[in-house]
Amino acid sequence: MKQIVVISGKGGTGKTVVSGALAALAQDKVMADCDVDAPNLHLLIGAEYLEENLFYGGQKAFIDTEVCVKCGKCLEVCRFGSITAEFRVKQQLCESCGYCLMVCPAGAIGMDKNPAGKWFVSKTAYGTLVHARLEPGEDNSGKLVAIVRKAAKEKAEQEGAKYVIIDGPPGTGCPVMAALSGVDTALVVTEPGLSAIHDMKRVLELTDRFKIGAMAVINKYDISADNSSAIRRFCADKGIDIAGEIPFSAEIYGCVMKGRPAVEARDANGVEQMKKIWNNIKKRLQT
Amino acid sequence: MKIAIASGKGGTGKTTVAVNLAAVIQGSCLIDCDVEEPNAALYLNPKIEEINKVELPVPRLKEDGCSYCGLCARLCAFGAISVLPGSAAGKGTLLVFDHLCKSCGVCMGLCPERALKEELRAIGTVETGNSCYGTFARGQLDIGEVAAPALIRVLKQKAIYAPVTIIDAPPGTSCAMINTINGVDLCVLVTEPTPFGLNDLKLAVEAVRKASIPFCVVINRSMGDDEIIEQYCRAEGAEIAAKIPFNMEMARRSSEGGLLCATGTVFRDYFTHLAEKVQKT
Ligand code: SF4
Ligand code: SF4
Repeated sequence: MKQIVVISGKGGTGKTVVSGALAALAQDKVMADCDVDAPNLHLLIGAEYLEENLFYGGQKAFIDTEVCVKCGKCLEVCRFGSITAEFRVKQQLCESCGYCLMVCPAGAIGMDKNPAGKWFVSKTAYGTLVHARLEPGEDNSGKLVAIVRKAAKEKAEQEGAKYVIIDGPPGTGCPVMAALSGVDTALVVTEPGLSAIHDMKRVLELTDRFKIGAMAVINKYDISADNSSAIRRFCADKGIDIAGEIPFSAEIYGCVMKGRPAVEARDANGVEQMKKIWNNIKKRLQT
Repeated sequence: MKIAIASGKGGTGKTTVAVNLAAVIQGSCLIDCDVEEPNAALYLNPKIEEINKVELPVPRLKEDGCSYCGLCARLCAFGAISVLPGSAAGKGTLLVFDHLCKSCGVCMGLCPERALKEELRAIGTVETGNSCYGTFARGQLDIGEVAAPALIRVLKQKAIYAPVTIIDAPPGTSCAMINTINGVDLCVLVTEPTPFGLNDLKLAVEAVRKASIPFCVVINRSMGDDEIIEQYCRAEGAEIAAKIPFNMEMARRSSEGGLLCATGTVFRDYFTHLAEKVQKT
């Protein structure tokens, strides 16, 4: 079984649109939406929730004001600014280290169990989807990504699937590293904008570091001819294959608006490119 | 006043709104808190005057003193220390996993032998300077580092604030975004009129409400019919402060690093109006 991750560095370059197209094109696969901060793939391929599981994050401190003697020890040791001058805990800033609890002489501080999100296994018209949703402001996104990936891999093994297709998170941080580790290939979706190019370079440093082969997709390549050539040159220099180039298209936009995978767009060229991307991935995975 | 420009999802035009707002407000300050992907400088071309390394304290053993009791490893909530006790055969071993360490200080503060000291480890940089529109500050996390919230806290301390400070927040509703909007007066949530945009806007609204920060919405890439977002905003009582139409020319200009407001055309008005509106709230 092979695992493919779709990432971009910058958000909004069309990562999920490409993932959705792959979901519709690939046979024998399980999908994993690892953008746990802002999951969107289920909006494109529909999801009938079969399983729902709770995800617990780090516990958060709380102060029992009746017992607190206002000595200020907790304030002194907390390095995250999560204790206010009135001795209340700003739980959104609490990093769960427990230092306050360890130094409180009055025993006024406890730790709350913290349900930080949920993860789901769903049925879609295109096969099984494992996805998740982290509560706003929660930290442990890397951990939740790891859970989603593990569940997706297990499902794939049970179903005898050939591929796991992972819609990755934006950025280059902890959840991206969790989404990247151990995959067989990465597809980096970029667009011809300075920010997107800059971020593509950063995310390629990461795939390099993880020793994962990457291919690029230029989305909306026709928005800026100059920048698209710059991307092609950069990729040629680095020895990164371009798996396909998708045009800017009102038809594709219309598909997204209707919540349908982009391969259903009445845009022959765009759809041709998506098929080409999937074929290039398959070819890459055979060698 | 401090105004954070945020969005539940990347790529909605958050940075475009942030840099253009900063550019139409004379003598403003822009802080780029999107430390994994700081891009505002590509548009504002600031002159960087000071670069500061951001370092986090991680524990290291002093020359001696450690009894290998293992207390630090038990107390560390993040599994960042591992201690193997000594035996007749020799000394024990203490290992620190730097990437797991959150620099909370528990181990160093509570070691009975006072055997641990702090060592600083670089995780990124904070840069400050000036653009022709005002002061500028940005943070950049080193590749492979994860402590975005810690870097953002330093960045927010080091920035030179102006009467109006615009903060480009990290995308999403992560811990880094919450750290960014902590203490701002207003959050501008940028979205686009698609099902993705709506879904992510809902998440962002949940996050700013949880943090008790007033907010308004900007619809970017409006294609005329924005009912999908408008309906939601009506139901939630959220104000739509501006609608910026989609336009190929704008898309191209923005993709090539141009400021939309610098053209002296109709684009500029979108941002001057928005600037007036947000400063009134
Ligand atoms: S550093 Fe201190 S707490 Fe940790 S094992 Fe050594 S003596 Fe014990
Ligand atoms: S500083 Fe905190 S997180 Fe780091 S090793 Fe010590 S106890 Fe663990």
